[in-house]
Amino acid sequence: MKRKDFLYLSGIGASALLLPDFSAYANPIDPLQALDKIDVKIKKELADVALNAAKAKGATYTDVRIGRYLNQFVSTRDKRVQGVANTESFGVGIRVIANGCWGFAATNTVTKESIAKTAEEAVAVAKANAKIQGEAVQLAPQKGFGEVSWKTPLEINSFEVPIKEKVDLLLNVNDIAIQNGASFINAALFAVNEQKYFASTDGSYIDQDIHRIYPTFGVTVIDRASGKFKTQSALSSPMGMGYEYMNARPEDKVSGVITRYKGRYDILGDVKEATRVAKEKITAKSVEAGKYDLVLDPSHLWLTIHESVGHPTELDRVLGYEANYAGTSFLTLDKWQSKKFKFGSDKVNIIADKTQVGSLGAVGYDDEGVKCKQWNLIKDGVLVNYQAIRDQAHIIGLTESQGCCYSQGWNDVQFQRMPNVSLASGQAKLSVDDMIKNVEKGVYIIGDGSYSIDQQRYNFQFGGQLYYEIKEGKIVGMLNDVAYQSNTQEFWNSCSAICDESDYRLGGSFNDGKGQPGQSSAVSHGSSTTRFNGVNVINTARKI
Amino acid sequence: MAILSKEEAQAILKKVLSFSKADSCEVSLNGSNGGNIRYARNAVSTAGQVNVMSLSVNSTFGKKTGSASINEFDDASLKKVISRAEELAMLAPENPEFMPLLGAQTFQESKTYNENTAAMTPDTRAEMVGKSLGVAKAANLDAAGFLENSTRFNSVMNSKGLFAYNKSTNVSFSVTIRNKEGTGSGYVEQDFNDLSKMDVLALSKIAASKATGSAGAKAIEPGKYTVILEPLAASDILSNMFRGFDARSADEGRSFMSKKGGGTRLGEQLFSENVNIYSDPMNPELPSATWNGDGLALKRTDWVKNGVVKNLAYSRFWAEKKGVEPVPFGRSMVIEGGTQSLQDLIKSTEKGILVTRFWYIRSVDPQTLLLTGLTRDGTFYIENGEIKFPIKNFRFNESPVIMLNNVEALGKPVRTGSGMIPPMKIKDFTFSSLSDAI
Repeated sequence: MKRKDFLYLSGIGASALLLPDFSAYANPIDPLQALDKIDVKIKKELADVALNAAKAKGATYTDVRIGRYLNQFVSTRDKRVQGVANTESFGVGIRVIANGCWGFAATNTVTKESIAKTAEEAVAVAKANAKIQGEAVQLAPQKGFGEVSWKTPLEINSFEVPIKEKVDLLLNVNDIAIQNGASFINAALFAVNEQKYFASTDGSYIDQDIHRIYPTFGVTVIDRASGKFKTQSALSSPMGMGYEYMNARPEDKVSGVITRYKGRYDILGDVKEATRVAKEKITAKSVEAGKYDLVLDPSHLWLTIHESVGHPTELDRVLGYEANYAGTSFLTLDKWQSKKFKFGSDKVNIIADKTQVGSLGAVGYDDEGVKCKQWNLIKDGVLVNYQAIRDQAHIIGLTESQGCCYSQGWNDVQFQRMPNVSLASGQAKLSVDDMIKNVEKGVYIIGDGSYSIDQQRYNFQFGGQLYYEIKEGKIVGMLNDVAYQSNTQEFWNSCSAICDESDYRLGGSFNDGKGQPGQSSAVSHGSSTTRFNGVNVINTARKI
Repeated sequence: MAILSKEEAQAILKKVLSFSKADSCEVSLNGSNGGNIRYARNAVSTAGQVNVMSLSVNSTFGKKTGSASINEFDDASLKKVISRAEELAMLAPENPEFMPLLGAQTFQESKTYNENTAAMTPDTRAEMVGKSLGVAKAANLDAAGFLENSTRFNSVMNSKGLFAYNKSTNVSFSVTIRNKEGTGSGYVEQDFNDLSKMDVLALSKIAASKATGSAGAKAIEPGKYTVILEPLAASDILSNMFRGFDARSADEGRSFMSKKGGGTRLGEQLFSENVNIYSDPMNPELPSATWNGDGLALKRTDWVKNGVVKNLAYSRFWAEKKGVEPVPFGRSMVIEGGTQSLQDLIKSTEKGILVTRFWYIRSVDPQTLLLTGLTRDGTFYIENGEIKFPIKNFRFNESPVIMLNNVEALGKPVRTGSGMIPPMKIKDFTFSSLSDAI
């Protein structure tokens, strides 16, 4: 909250820049400290202390996570460096089942004595709650993997790249924007490294080293005479990659009305184009409300997939575990049991995946020691599955978890979080140009903007970054004030064409919120450009 | 260990500062101790407790600042954290917006701490949640809720003589109660500094009665309606507006507070004449700390008086640039109202819609502060001064600035969400589509 306030006051709030929710207990550190590693042998010894202490107090299951969470955040505004933060959060979280009930406790004092005491506290919490508990927890069996490890495949560790190089790059981004006519620019780079050690009474000792990166900016153009201001955000995507993401090759650039990126990103090229289109927005025509065919770029569609498919297929929402916060889901168990609930048109195939290389959700094992995999959520338009963790698997007749358990830090309890959820590309060859050629009256939307959806995921409204009017198969100009409203099932059933795999790109959320106390997770969503017929577009212009 | 007294915190901070060699140095020491229970499907789903304390140092040479932090408090560790901050300061780029530290300030004694709340245990929490579950089970309804309590202290000292300390407690509770068929849902949320004010039983009964009363909702056409917003619903929308009371973004031309042609809308009649908004850390119902992160004293500040914008927040840097006194953001916002209850507002309404709360509010256009979002957990049709029937949820597209120009009546403010907020009667509120969500 404090960080957000600070950034807001510094003016960054006006540019719709997404900020990660760094752990409240993260401490600033020297950048070089980030490269230190803790010996796996020591972590195993500490983990065993927790497992034994909890068992001695009567726990029937225990898992322990020794986590070191590193964040680097470099932010700039116009010609100055706003902040360079290197933070580390290190501690131990212990989860137990005692008397059939979950208990959790955490400490940032990483000594054997403190860990044993914390394990006992977790058991005490479980026993206190067992008095008001209904059904006992049913945990899906999970074999132990022994001592194993997993690492994000990367070419350049972001934490090894000197801060000066990052600062120079961002200030260069800002210079380009100002020279091309921007009134203000904020540019930032986030890097995350989760060093997670997991051990459980199932016999797993899992050491993982996970990396994420997110470069972004927001350009603002102000027209003093009219009092109007317009912004354009970066068309980058947060990725599960190292610093190699910042080195775009020619094959990573997708040409069109504005360059979009796949695999790797060119921040200097993007900011130049962003400034051009932000200026164009000042005088672009206001949309006429009505029904339009929408052509949605992957840089936009990822967020619609996230909100309207990713969230309603979370089993904890379906069952009511999120009823008091994020909400429930319209995809109730009876719809899944019927095996014929038409979520979308026949063209719609949606895949859950925790293994996709470069994605934010890719890990080797989840935060309760389950090996990660891929499965279908929607097959040929029909709802076929959900996203589950170990204490939910039995409810949908699974004999093992789907590996969707995640915690944002050592001091938060792990729970069901979304895997990467992506729309499969069309099987037949289809380019974006060929798709647009067949649209009589449409809007082509690029980039993510305003988003809102109800607590059961029926009614949504989305905006974007860029809107282009399509008339009789041709792009005729830029539009302003566009948002589309629809109902999830109606929308996905209006899906009439999906471009082929050559257009497939990942978008993603660096900071998806869920749970009480609130936790943040990172998740990717892939798609190719997709067409939806006859969607309701509203005009959002107002006068105050 | 995690909650230090003023004297204990002061002693550690003094010792840390005695090791500093920088031109100026600011040290903060914060700790918290808290626990929670989350429940759903009428049973506990997760629960936990976390204790932490940490010390942060900002050391400055000229306009170059370095920061470091530590959670060990022996002399060697305190020396280490100081030298690390000083090394980083030497390497840092100059900050052209650096402001020299403030000297000693006088702060009022806050009213944010309560012993009852600090003494809560896992058993207290379980007992409270047990009462809430009892309400749901007795009425054959499903409860999902969250109870959390925390005790924290924050303290800061700098080399120019400033020292500030605050100790606070908070207990917060929310519950969603739904009927078994999934056709009705009710919600309450409340937080207090003082545990004795928290009545989870009464609150759970309100949520249960809304769950039953909202079942069988009818669809009515979206459009412009007179709405009665319960305080929580009003707070949901208005908290998005308070952050816009920022002078810098207004001066820069990128806020709804920016004036066409340049400058800000400070002094303009931006809202209805019956709108008065202020913040006051000493408000007995909504106390807050009496200082902010800059070390500035927080005091009663009028933001809107009779609909006129009276103050915008100025950071120390922006205030100096503009030649005015700094104005810190308020922490506890109060919207003044009258004496009428929610029931009185309903009675005076010929045709209208009662909204319990809003959900998923997002900015659509920062220029006009246009927001979108949906009603949730109990929306009702009012006719001839009475609630007639529950209605299906709506999506709205509305700006709080337009909304506060359409105020017909304000009731008695209550502590809710982020402030003291009255129930409100607003005309011509724009609902744009229907939602099937319950």
